[in-house]
Amino acid sequence: MRAQFNTRFNGLTMRAAKNTKRNLVMAALVAPAAAWLCVFLVLPFIAMLVFAFGERAPEGGYQAAFTFAQFANLPTRAAAFWNTLMLAPAGALLCLLVAYPVAYYLAVRANPRYRLILVSLVVVPFWTSLLVRTYAWMYILGSRGIPNLLAMIGIEDVRMLNTPGAVLLGIVYGYLPLMIMPIYVSLEKLDRRLLEASADLGAKPVSSFLGVTLPLSLPGVMTGVALVTILLLGEYLIPQLLGGGKVFFIGNALVDLFLQSRNWPFGSAIAVTLVAVVAVVLMVAMRIAWKVAGTRQVDLV
Amino acid sequence: MTKWYRENAPITAEKLADELMRLKRGSVNRRHFLGVTGLGLATAVLARAPGLFNSTAFAEDLGTQMSLATWPNYHDPATFEAFKAATGVAVEVNVFGSNEEMLAKLQAGGTGWDLFVPTNYTISTYAKLGLIDELDLSKLPNYDASTENARFTNEGVIDGKTYAVPKNWGTTGIAVNSAKIKKPVTSWKEFFEVAMAEADGRAMVHDYQLTTIGNALVSLGYSFNSVKPDELAKAEELLIKVKPHLYAINSDYQPSMRATDAWMTMCWTNDGAQLNRDMPEIQFVLGKDGGEIWSDFYAIPKSAANKAAGYALLNYLMTPENAVKEHIANGAPTTDSRVLKLLPADVTSNKIVYPDEAALTPLEFGAAVTLTDPGRAELMARFKSA
Repeated sequence: MRAQFNTRFNGLTMRAAKNTKRNLVMAALVAPAAAWLCVFLVLPFIAMLVFAFGERAPEGGYQAAFTFAQFANLPTRAAAFWNTLMLAPAGALLCLLVAYPVAYYLAVRANPRYRLILVSLVVVPFWTSLLVRTYAWMYILGSRGIPNLLAMIGIEDVRMLNTPGAVLLGIVYGYLPLMIMPIYVSLEKLDRRLLEASADLGAKPVSSFLGVTLPLSLPGVMTGVALVTILLLGEYLIPQLLGGGKVFFIGNALVDLFLQSRNWPFGSAIAVTLVAVVAVVLMVAMRIAWKVAGTRQVDLV
Repeated sequence: MTKWYRENAPITAEKLADELMRLKRGSVNRRHFLGVTGLGLATAVLARAPGLFNSTAFAEDLGTQMSLATWPNYHDPATFEAFKAATGVAVEVNVFGSNEEMLAKLQAGGTGWDLFVPTNYTISTYAKLGLIDELDLSKLPNYDASTENARFTNEGVIDGKTYAVPKNWGTTGIAVNSAKIKKPVTSWKEFFEVAMAEADGRAMVHDYQLTTIGNALVSLGYSFNSVKPDELAKAEELLIKVKPHLYAINSDYQPSMRATDAWMTMCWTNDGAQLNRDMPEIQFVLGKDGGEIWSDFYAIPKSAANKAAGYALLNYLMTPENAVKEHIANGAPTTDSRVLKLLPADVTSNKIVYPDEAALTPLEFGAAVTLTDPGRAELMARFKSA
């Protein structure tokens, strides 16, 4: 009896020791990431919040104060917010239209032997900086590129660069792989037997696609759309290069406030607002995804 | 299974099972982690690299690298090649489109610039904010204040202390591609009119409050440097009306003008001379209703990491024999009579570079107040985000 109790007691202490050890290991593993997030995300965000209620110093920069003037001034950037809130979802949807057939081909139709190569081809452009690739588009869309070819067949003086269309094209080009990958992954996991069953039960390919393939790939679609939309809400580079400073995103307004007008408080107020907007967009996306696809959350990774 | 086979097989059956079970448990040993992530190799390499964690820099060593902040198309790349050959210091060139952008970077700190090119009207503010130091002229033996044209160089000296030495002077005019635009443009009033008519979608303004707002003010008959709210409001109205007709808002307009994407732009002397030299159909005109006359300077930021190299490059650029090559390449007029003597006649007789005095009369130097005036900064930001 006593011996039995001892063994059980020993077992318990051993388990407790094991648990503390496990917790320590866990803490050691989580600590670097937590410290990183704290120093580079939480602290800057707090600084931004403090700045947002301050004033612009006479020569530019930040001066301590407590005022809501910066938030009251937000409507002066309405055009930039509007541009962003229109072009970001539009860009994501265009991306989706182009990406879905590609992902479908890769996951379902492509010869398994070449699938890996084809998938890598989608990823390969990431090896070159987006800046360089966007510069390439500046040449293609500039007068020496496509407009030059058009001039040869008699259509003179077409302007393509620095238009909303050019920005949209750049967005679709730049973000396409980010849309293809999640959709590809969800289509690849698709159980082929379901398609066979659907065919056996007399469904035409189109209704099989609409009734089986599409709903099952929705989690990937929602992930892709959310991922691209959120990244686009903070986009700066593509509108700057392909929009010529005329198609202004909120990211460009931010850069302008910090790097030209030196109005840090107003820049901070816009940044805080942008974070709030992104949070709302993400929540709406999750809600829709949950309703439509039945998944509990949008996986961003 | 022979002994030879067992020793040379890529992996034994037991080992494979072990590895599989280990991976299944999610366990990773140290050696495997370092091997897979490449960290082991990286640590081994870093441990051997000298000077990365144990720097051995000397006080007056020029180092091997320095950083220059300047404007687009403003230097002869051969100058930096020659400087590197002479001193071993490679010059990294950062290009900016406005003085405000340079000021913002310096205010935020950590620019890494060892030398930069501010315009006349900014120097008093830089000195006041303590962002630049008084220059140690003993380190610039090739600079000679007595040969400089005081009209362009006085703003580098504050209370008898030299904070900046002149690079060159110039004007802000209008570059027009006469092959595309038939209507003559001779004033800023006409610039904005043509931008909304014949040059619709093909005109550029600077991403720079001083010239973009200043020239809009001039076109309305106000001073280039006005900070009066009612006059700025009129200028904003004009700029926002013009904006949908513009090709771009960008201070680096040479690529667009050369590609004939843009047909007309606000343009600095040096760019006008370069464009006209390579494409004679691009003409450079000064607004007869006014505009800007300026001089650019070299200054050394207080935060410069490699001041020795900054002084060395500055002294190199102040040498007339080197400066003359720079001037021929970038096409801006010189402030230094020693350089003027060395310049070939076709440069000094070029009316774009050295216009008649009468054409300069209506022009104004930028005023220090425009750099920090919040009204102008906010107007420019609103114009861009409109």
